[in-house]
Amino acid sequence: MTETFYDVLRRQGISRRSFLKFCSLTATSLGLDSAYAAKIANAMETKPRTPVIWLEGLECTCCSESFIRSAHPLTKDVILSMLSLDYHVTLMAAAGHQAEKQLEEIKKKYKGNYILAVEGNPPLNEDGMYCIEGGRPFVEILKETAADAKAVIAWGACASYGCVQAAKPNPTRATPIDKVISGKPIIKVPGCPPIAEVMTGVVTYLLTFDRLPELDRQGRPKMFYGQRIHDKCYRRPHFDAGQFVEKWDDDAARKGYCLYKMGCKGPTTYNACSTVRWNDGVSFPIQSGHGCIGCSEDGFWDKGSFYDRVTDIKQFGVEQNADKVGGTAAAVAGAAVAVHAAASVLKKAKKADAVKGEN
Amino acid sequence: MDLNAAAAELDSDPQTAAGRTVYVYEIPVRLWHWINALAILVLATSGYLIGSPLPSTPGEASEQFLMGYIRFAHFAAAYIFAIGFLVRIYWAIVGNHHAREMFYLPLTDAKWWAGLLRELRWYLFLEKQPYKYVGHNPMGHLFMFLFVTVAAVLMICTGFALYGEGMGLDSWQDRLFGWVIPLLGGSQAVHSWHHLGMWGIVTFVILHVYAAVREDVMSRQTMISTMISGQRTFRE
Repeated sequence: MTETFYDVLRRQGISRRSFLKFCSLTATSLGLDSAYAAKIANAMETKPRTPVIWLEGLECTCCSESFIRSAHPLTKDVILSMLSLDYHVTLMAAAGHQAEKQLEEIKKKYKGNYILAVEGNPPLNEDGMYCIEGGRPFVEILKETAADAKAVIAWGACASYGCVQAAKPNPTRATPIDKVISGKPIIKVPGCPPIAEVMTGVVTYLLTFDRLPELDRQGRPKMFYGQRIHDKCYRRPHFDAGQFVEKWDDDAARKGYCLYKMGCKGPTTYNACSTVRWNDGVSFPIQSGHGCIGCSEDGFWDKGSFYDRVTDIKQFGVEQNADKVGGTAAAVAGAAVAVHAAASVLKKAKKADAVKGEN
Repeated sequence: MDLNAAAAELDSDPQTAAGRTVYVYEIPVRLWHWINALAILVLATSGYLIGSPLPSTPGEASEQFLMGYIRFAHFAAAYIFAIGFLVRIYWAIVGNHHAREMFYLPLTDAKWWAGLLRELRWYLFLEKQPYKYVGHNPMGHLFMFLFVTVAAVLMICTGFALYGEGMGLDSWQDRLFGWVIPLLGGSQAVHSWHHLGMWGIVTFVILHVYAAVREDVMSRQTMISTMISGQRTFRE
């Protein structure tokens, strides 16, 4: 019989009291009411551990780096107690053929019951030759592993949207995983990287409730991506008051005014940075005096400068934004009207002369 | 019907004979026109100031709400603009046939194309007289369709989608219009479209006001007073 989470916890010398505390903390961090603590406890006492396979494609491992820095629940709890992270290229002890054999075994033993977590994405050009793992294109491994998974987690901007390797002109045709995997529920957890507590929160939810968290239109869990950075930003009062940083290091910057005019993407970015923050809640970009760059939004590398409020539009030449293009159109129309009006006045005057002449 | 025959028919319409007065724009259409004009004035001004805010105000943040008031003006005017547009659609259904003109283009009508060509030549100073029309001339008709109807749909869809972001994921604004954001490639791109739409409307307003004044003076029919009284009078 497969062990339950509770069995593992007890075996590791965790007292029942600590276990129950952990359950209430988890319920709180997921934004659930106190009755759920008992449900979480019950689930962990009765459900077998869910194995997780963590694949890495074209990526920089920043998602893994973020994940292992989670403070609530501590990653060691998640990895060692709650989920059996059976295959993770960076974190597992096994290597080479031994590791690949392990992957095959999990896939067979837990067919249809494991969670696939994907960091990075597959490049499709040249039959996927731009990313080879264990001698095979990553895209093949991804498709095979996804076929027998219960659910798929897309870690970070890479797996969710493509990120920097998919930025124009995307020479390797790096492709987000939802364009490659079909017929499986996919949870997108975007960010570059995603916040550690968001990652472990999503995994905890999947394991304890055995179902997907509520997702928004783009497949992101609503509990963490339901609001924009702007909606919960501690500098929001300065925005509403109309107090902005005009240039770096001005007096307004020192006073901590809103970074809207400096191109902060907080108003267009869905993430939990302004509530959960980073590094155990120490800070987040805006708190450190720099605008949000919108790293958890689709195609953020191709959305113009990090420092522009109104995005440049490439179709109209270099360095043109909607306001410059539109303003020019309005100015041209105004000038044309003036010229046309002058011509019309002349025409009318001429006509009047002609009429006078006839009389 | 070829274009020449169509043109001949246009010039001999007994409705537009000199000295005749025809009732064209009913009260709801005229009211909507002026309410809409005011709403657009407020929307364009406040919208520009949201994208490019005024210089910072000094003092305590809690003592002022400048950006908040500007955004409030924008959202309030937006509701008036959107509800006005819905009422206008209703009136297109129950009102007279002039009220419907703005919502379609008669692309298969040879007479319409003949009129459009003539109107273009009139504006290039190649015609002595434009044709007379009870409702919109074809050029006006085309611009109304593109910069009032199509532009209003674009601005309402993108505007409420962006507004829905602030109202939250389960707000009715988000449920009705939230699909626009991934469709156009993200919130930042929707902002760009919303800005372009605004400039399109501003450009239209410049041309519209000019054309109305010019035709009132130069062509053989009333324009400005028609949007106040609803009556169009034709002259020689």
